[in-house]
Amino acid sequence: MDEGTITVAGLVLSLSLVVVAIGISLREHLRLERDMVVAVVRALVQLLIVGAALELIVKPSTPLIWSWLWVAGIVLFSAVTVRRRAPQLPGVFGIALTANATTAIVGLGLTFGLGIFAVNGRTVVPVAGMVVGNSLKSCVVVVQMLASLIADRRPDIEARLALGLRGTDAARPIVRHSLRLAINPQIENMKALGIVFLPGAMTGLILAGVKPVDAVLVQLALMYIILGAVVVTTAMTALVGTQRLFTSDERLVTLVRSREDE
Amino acid sequence: MADAPLFAFEHVSVDGAQRPRLQDVSIVVPGRGVTAIAGPSGAGKSTLLRCCNRLEAPSDGVVRYRGEDVAARDPLLHRREVGMVFQQPVVFPGTVADNLRVADPQAGRERLAELLRRAALDPDVYLERDASTLSGGEAQRACLARTLATDPKVVLADEPTSALDETATAELERLMRSLADDGVPVLLVTHNEPQLQRLADHVIRLDEGHLTSTAERPRG
Repeated sequence: MDEGTITVAGLVLSLSLVVVAIGISLREHLRLERDMVVAVVRALVQLLIVGAALELIVKPSTPLIWSWLWVAGIVLFSAVTVRRRAPQLPGVFGIALTANATTAIVGLGLTFGLGIFAVNGRTVVPVAGMVVGNSLKSCVVVVQMLASLIADRRPDIEARLALGLRGTDAARPIVRHSLRLAINPQIENMKALGIVFLPGAMTGLILAGVKPVDAVLVQLALMYIILGAVVVTTAMTALVGTQRLFTSDERLVTLVRSREDE
Repeated sequence: MADAPLFAFEHVSVDGAQRPRLQDVSIVVPGRGVTAIAGPSGAGKSTLLRCCNRLEAPSDGVVRYRGEDVAARDPLLHRREVGMVFQQPVVFPGTVADNLRVADPQAGRERLAELLRRAALDPDVYLERDASTLSGGEAQRACLARTLATDPKVVLADEPTSALDETATAELERLMRSLADDGVPVLLVTHNEPQLQRLADHVIRLDEGHLTSTAERPRG
């Protein structure tokens, strides 16, 4: 077998761990089994489509506008995902869309502005995917935490409102807690860099013949940009989202708890 | 507005998910003593109280505070003037002093001690105590002290003794009485008839969102 290829049988065998994961979910009543099956099937379909589309995008003859349209699609899809995970938060789609778009613009601007990569069909989509994809994970965590904690800790927030605090001040302890939980994995990721895992961009560059030190520098710059992007997107979503939880006269809107929290 | 009643509800309704929580309620709350708001569960007592400090907004009608439409007042200033103690004492993380400073960040040690004394808590024992270790009665008195830290002109109390034992209830009732006697009127939601008999100077009765009666109770 050539390096970097896998047979269909190998792919099916790799699913055995997912079967174990579904078994654990069923046994512990996590209600994640349906999501896992959907995720596995979607990943398969999506990646096959993406693979085929990327073949077209990376051709030197393909106009760059298709790459940028792809990036717009990534941003839009991220916002849809965030809304789907916390539909009870008012205006969450618009907030996530704005935050992800801002992050994509700044992240790509820095990556290409600093000359880490040249702007071409091979770089635009993967870099946007790295920046927005990492932000999406944290965004989903923060909106789910906010929706769940705000509904749970309504008495705490109202006790603070009753003392004359603004809504955003009353919710601050919850927002801080949610932000820490959402951002911490990214920080831990960075701490483990090179020890627990070797990041893909660096490995790819080394395999492509770039000097390891240069590859490391590129990877570092990317990781810093990603960390910044994650923090900015997550914080924007959480802070603006929190403002929407309060009426203009500083009353907390009613949030319905989702079944996933039970 | 000197002679205006403390609160006046004018045809106030509050919508609910199943049925209105308050329906066309018009009442006047006098600006002295303890006013009890009584009625069975689901009568709309807590909703009425929450309308007084704008944690709830009427879907119809007007709530006036000393003659002024509360919807036209700055909600933050209004809430500091109209303090509220809840059914379940909510203590924030940290010490009792940290809790009081949420309401009055500039308060010095003497001011904090005075607030605790007003709530019958010994400052030497309680000020630096972790608030999460307080008993139900102690926590409710700490919450009362925190409410008093905003120097409220009126205190709303939403069944504050429902989770307390007999001794803690008696202590809190004594504190509410003394607040009222010191010129800080208290609006007390209760469904406890003996408590109402012990404390109330005025009684407002509700049932299923409707006002059923109001009465003066001259105290001997």
